[in-house]
Amino acid sequence: MQIVAKDLTFVYNAKTKFSKTALDKISLTIDEGDFFGIIGHTGSGKSTFIQHLNGILRASSGYLTVGDFDLSPSAKKDKKRLKELRAKVGMVFQYPEYQLFEETVYKDVAFGYKNFFPKATEDEVKSAVINAVAAVGLDSSVLNKSPFDLSGGQKRRVAIAGVIVSKPEVLVLDEPVAGLDPVGKRELMNLLHSLHKNVCKTIVIVSHDMDEVAQNCNKIAVFSEGKIVMTGTPKEIFSKVDELLALRLDAPLTALLAADLKKVGADIDTDFTTDDFTKKVAGLYHKNNA
Amino acid sequence: MLKDVTFGQYYPTSSFVHKMDPRSKLLILIAYIVAVFLASSFIDLGVVFVFLCLAVIFSAVPPLMVLKSIRAIIFLIAFTFILNVFFYTKKEGDTVLFWVVTVEGILNATFLSCRLILLVTGCSILTLTTTPVSLTDGIESLLKPLNLVKFPVHELALIMSIALRFIPTLANETDRIISAQKARGADFESGNIIRRIKAIIPILIPLLVSAFRRADELGDAMDARCYSGSKTRTKYKKLKYGFRDLIGVLSVAALITAVAML
Amino acid sequence: MICDIILSMQAIKFENVAFQYNGNEETEAVSVLNDFSIEIEEGEFVAVLGANGSGKSTFAKLVNGLLEPKAGKISVLGMDISDKKNLFEIRKNVGMVFQNPDNQQIASIVEDDVAFGPENIGCEREEIGRRIDYALHVTDTEQFRHSQVSRLSGGQKQRVAIAGALALKPKIMIFDESTSMLDPKGRREIMAVAKSLNKENGMTVINITHYMDEAVEADKIVIISGGKALKVGTPEEIFSDREFLQKVGLELPRPTIIAERLKSLGLPLNGLILTKEALDDSLCKLLQKT
Repeated sequence: MQIVAKDLTFVYNAKTKFSKTALDKISLTIDEGDFFGIIGHTGSGKSTFIQHLNGILRASSGYLTVGDFDLSPSAKKDKKRLKELRAKVGMVFQYPEYQLFEETVYKDVAFGYKNFFPKATEDEVKSAVINAVAAVGLDSSVLNKSPFDLSGGQKRRVAIAGVIVSKPEVLVLDEPVAGLDPVGKRELMNLLHSLHKNVCKTIVIVSHDMDEVAQNCNKIAVFSEGKIVMTGTPKEIFSKVDELLALRLDAPLTALLAADLKKVGADIDTDFTTDDFTKKVAGLYHKNNA
Repeated sequence: MLKDVTFGQYYPTSSFVHKMDPRSKLLILIAYIVAVFLASSFIDLGVVFVFLCLAVIFSAVPPLMVLKSIRAIIFLIAFTFILNVFFYTKKEGDTVLFWVVTVEGILNATFLSCRLILLVTGCSILTLTTTPVSLTDGIESLLKPLNLVKFPVHELALIMSIALRFIPTLANETDRIISAQKARGADFESGNIIRRIKAIIPILIPLLVSAFRRADELGDAMDARCYSGSKTRTKYKKLKYGFRDLIGVLSVAALITAVAML
Repeated sequence: MICDIILSMQAIKFENVAFQYNGNEETEAVSVLNDFSIEIEEGEFVAVLGANGSGKSTFAKLVNGLLEPKAGKISVLGMDISDKKNLFEIRKNVGMVFQNPDNQQIASIVEDDVAFGPENIGCEREEIGRRIDYALHVTDTEQFRHSQVSRLSGGQKQRVAIAGALALKPKIMIFDESTSMLDPKGRREIMAVAKSLNKENGMTVINITHYMDEAVEADKIVIISGGKALKVGTPEEIFSDREFLQKVGLELPRPTIIAERLKSLGLPLNGLILTKEALDDSLCKLLQKT
């Protein structure tokens, strides 16, 4: 499914004195197969934007299509199709472990599946739940445990399983690694890559960790004050370090180093992943000293 | 976004009434309520109405905002009116219009409805001109004498103030949990009553769990800042009466006298 | 001799401390800390690292008596914590900032909240006013004095939380993962305040964190793992033992990861590189066009 937004505008509390334009004419395309990164400050509109992708929020004006679903404000609202859309566009909110509520992991993961496929047989539900729990790297022994007895990292995986149980084509995650320890972070990013390969064709993550985005995403959009100020590949975005810093945003360490190297005359053509950056730097060094 | 809606109906502006001490506003309101109940004729109610109008003018709140408070109880007013028209005990010499309906009955029902309207609009001026925080301070200060009979005034005030502090936070969280469950296909809008009540569980449980977690953490934060609920506790903000309060109290005294005399 | 003891008073001393959460019929007692010993000197800036669930937060809560040890001895600024008479004095001297920015303020308005601590210890009105001025000044939150807490950003709320603790004029400040729920901008703000408390006000600062780049800036790092203070040392000492870090579920700081990778690719980088600045300097020197 391709996601296309054009001039998308969203106003909170329209027509009251608290009204605030959270999205201001956003235009953006997310292609099928992308591992897409959305970056920006808190309050830049990133979280507001992603909530449009499964129809939780409705834009005030502009156009938005997700696959063959038309979510533009001018399009007719269709409740049944909205459910279909939400099964296909999974959304994991910040700190998703706080939405668990059932007595067992099994029941909690099954919740979404039963909502989306009310006619499914118990066997179908069971196999979907087992697959989802396996896909997030949890042992099937957790199925009968209470989600509240698990560790923080496990809870988060259960919550993600509860979203991917409907096998969404697009998976959107808001700050998926927030609050985890270094190992937890690395493992969760690995999990997202495995989901990208095996379950969800497109992954969209919202993040404020530039290194994480540089390392994992193939396309990036930079939000600032409700607008998109830059969009492109990590290579395109992070070669403009000065612009990012001017927006008071960070840049990945590799990009900062590359920018400083450029100033002393060492131009490095890299995509800013650790692998590529170190290889190119070493290559240049060995060439100079050959 | 629930958090952007101001809690209660405080109307932020600066006016004579806004600047009054919350304690005197509370006391004036009590006196005003007494006056409304003392009122025994339409003339009395007229006097009360004039007082109310003055209060509205000096509060700089748009009259429409004050009238909005009636909307919430419009059914109650209608109900009271109808009940009083039909269950009016007929006296000698009453003019019967039809069946049990009499002119006196209608007048009596109108009188009671007016009383109700005056009560509600009076209360709404207090909440429109006083922030919940200063209202809590006012209540705490006024209830202080109850300390003598071991009534936990300070604890009560602290509970109220923490509740006020956490309303926006929890409202925001509710918003987020609803969105998250909607994303998992939850449907809160269709089905019969039982289905709808059941649909609340996925919101309620996470909200409760989170409220307990917050309470726990807040408890730690309070302990870490030396909270012990002891008597030696001091208070930073002192309420102060000013000339506005004197004017307010004098005018409400005049109101009661007028209503009692007329 | 006596003078010496007073001058170099230990801020915190744990001797063979054990702590466990009591079990009930359904759950077993969980041992969190055992045989935990540590000494922190006054005026030090200490980072505490450890994977999730290693017992870091328990350590913090033991320091100011929010939890009681099951065995061992804890003294804070020379006061024995097991003596109930000292508890109040210890809490006055140990300020704490917790993880969640939303769960630390008691009052709706910033200045009322900062007043909470001084009110608790019975300060006079004028003194409370002075302490609010001081605390808001140090945390650079004067402009929010009359703002509603719920309208502040995460970083601003955490700064107000610091102000709330500072109003009690503590000698020790503990940051218990206080930056983990913040965006990079908020993180920088909190770290700047923490550093100035240590450098300009001479306070002992303990920063419990998951971020290696924060740890690098400390005088001393404590690694907690399996309920023990496994290792204490300077950042150089701690981060030179890569195998050990891996064993306890921690990582090298990002600049170090890149430096190590470059070394393995044959770049002559000397010594342990821990910061972006150090890496930047070395690389620029190596690759500068002459």
